[in-house]
Amino acid sequence: MAEVSLSRVRKVYPGGVEAVKDIDIAIPDGALCVLVGPSGCGKSTLLRMIAGLETITEGDCRIGAGRVNDLDPSDRDIAMVFQNYALYPHMTVYDNMAYGLRNRGTPKDEIEARVQEAARILEISPFLDRKPRALSGGQRQRVAMGRAIVRKPQVFLFDEPLSNLDAKLRIQMRVEIKKLQRALGVTSVYVTHDQLEAMTLADILVVMSKGHVEQQGSPLDLYEKPASTFVASFIGAPPMNLIPVGAGENGPQAPGLTGGRGLAVPAGGATLGVRPEHMIVATGPVPDDALGITFPVSAVEAVGAETFVYGPIGGTGQEIIARLPGKALLAPGTPVSVAAAAEHLHLFATDTGKRLGP
Amino acid sequence: MERKVVFPQKLLPYLLLAPQIAITLVFFFWPAGQAIWMSTLLQDPFGFSVQFVGLENFQAVLQDPAYLSTMQRTFLFSFGVTALSMIPALLLAVMADRVVRGATAYKTILVVPYAIAPAVAGALWLFLFQPSIGTIAYPLRLIGIDWNPRIDGTDAMIVVLIASAWKQIGYNFLFFLAGLQSIPKSLIEAAAIDGAREIRRFWTIVFPLLSPTTFFLLIVNLTYAFFDTFGVIHAVTQGGPGKSTEVLIYKAWYDGLIAQDLGRSSAQAVILMFIVIGLTVIQFRYIERKVHY
Repeated sequence: MAEVSLSRVRKVYPGGVEAVKDIDIAIPDGALCVLVGPSGCGKSTLLRMIAGLETITEGDCRIGAGRVNDLDPSDRDIAMVFQNYALYPHMTVYDNMAYGLRNRGTPKDEIEARVQEAARILEISPFLDRKPRALSGGQRQRVAMGRAIVRKPQVFLFDEPLSNLDAKLRIQMRVEIKKLQRALGVTSVYVTHDQLEAMTLADILVVMSKGHVEQQGSPLDLYEKPASTFVASFIGAPPMNLIPVGAGENGPQAPGLTGGRGLAVPAGGATLGVRPEHMIVATGPVPDDALGITFPVSAVEAVGAETFVYGPIGGTGQEIIARLPGKALLAPGTPVSVAAAAEHLHLFATDTGKRLGP
Repeated sequence: MERKVVFPQKLLPYLLLAPQIAITLVFFFWPAGQAIWMSTLLQDPFGFSVQFVGLENFQAVLQDPAYLSTMQRTFLFSFGVTALSMIPALLLAVMADRVVRGATAYKTILVVPYAIAPAVAGALWLFLFQPSIGTIAYPLRLIGIDWNPRIDGTDAMIVVLIASAWKQIGYNFLFFLAGLQSIPKSLIEAAAIDGAREIRRFWTIVFPLLSPTTFFLLIVNLTYAFFDTFGVIHAVTQGGPGKSTEVLIYKAWYDGLIAQDLGRSSAQAVILMFIVIGLTVIQFRYIERKVHY
């Protein structure tokens, strides 16, 4: 068990490409930190730097008390689950799991006990004598997990471990990984590009973009107070509606928009954000501080429990999405008025995309 | 399910195959048939009479102590060449696999010896070990090692071994390198994280995963050493001194074309044919089935 901390970590590849820029992350003991971002944002590079598979150009990486920058991966006491599982194809499941223990000179009976225990937890005991090629994707995934947990390392590293599984299995394994991580209490770093996976797994969520951290914190903090338009549109599905607004006398001004009094829009305009799920159909007059939007419905997606309503707002052609509970009986072509309460409105600077106000 | 390609015409496939079949028939089957036929004949020295003797040539060859000692020598030589060409090739491939800059130039240089004709390769090493002026033999003599492949059988054997193996290193190198590069990088990384250091990683992960390549090369190199080293031996030692570097293929040639004993020479050729058939069968059987993970 150990905390993991990265301070002012940078990665510059020969040729000058800066893959990771000045990153500070502190993960307390036993926490699960998820690095999320679009492909190419540097999240896998960062993970591989913690693992020791990539060198750290600048800054410190600490596991527990010690600085590990110059340690070989084998000396960092970590275990990693790879996207393609990286199981040793010529070894049985048992040997795959025992390999790391044998390398460290663990006594034979202890290896036996630990492998059996891990196999029991992961329900792969019947396959211990098989070679990886005789296993299904989900079973291979479990073996990869098993190989990580038998070692009882200080840190687990997960590199998009679920992306090769089908949707149903992915959800199931996601839950299991979370439970397992909780039960073992091992500090973990988990890389994914799936925001839902990130939200559900993370104790600490780190959203990355273009090599730097956009925002980090608890998943709900990020959901409720996104620090930038990037985070706002990355966290949550469907993404937050971002509407360019001008500064009016009493708040934001844009065609089709009413209310929003109290929002301090700077003179040059700003970006107004409101999540699809925070909109309700307005039946009466909208309070002054709430936001009212009227738009013609262009498409309706009813999925049973909820309904997604799409439409362009006032002449700009920008489409917004409202996520309405239940079966909203709306026909395409008819106008609809929706409203969002004041506490659900976000304001971002137009140029930098940074959050304005609280 | 395999999908079958069906040609609408019956004749076309045969026409397309005809050149290859013709070459195989004329240059392989016909001589092989001739060898088998001649191995059952006894000719008088002047070619006036030919007598059918059945398997007597084989009996004579296999009971000849000179033949048996040549066979023993050939096996030693073949395994020697195989080991001497594969081990350095693997070492070079492992090194080259780590090279990032200038990798292409490096690979090209390493493969060049394969393009050298056997006789030229032989001549090259003959010069290097030439007792009085050879670039290697001379310094060896200065430090007190009297290296003389002209009179010492063991010295001669070592020279042909080195010459034959050296020529094959580039070929083996290429296959090993391709084999190494087909091993997923994440496996090596996983092993590193699993606490295996470089050398242990090599023996527990890389080498086992290379085994199909290794086995393939083992058979190819044995076949090479058995049959394709004639040029080197002929250029360097002519099988001598004495018979100390005479291998089966050389003896078959010598007995037939120099000693003019066509019947026994053919019998030796047929025996060699069975050896190569055996090696081929092993290669196909085991590469297809056994050496898999």
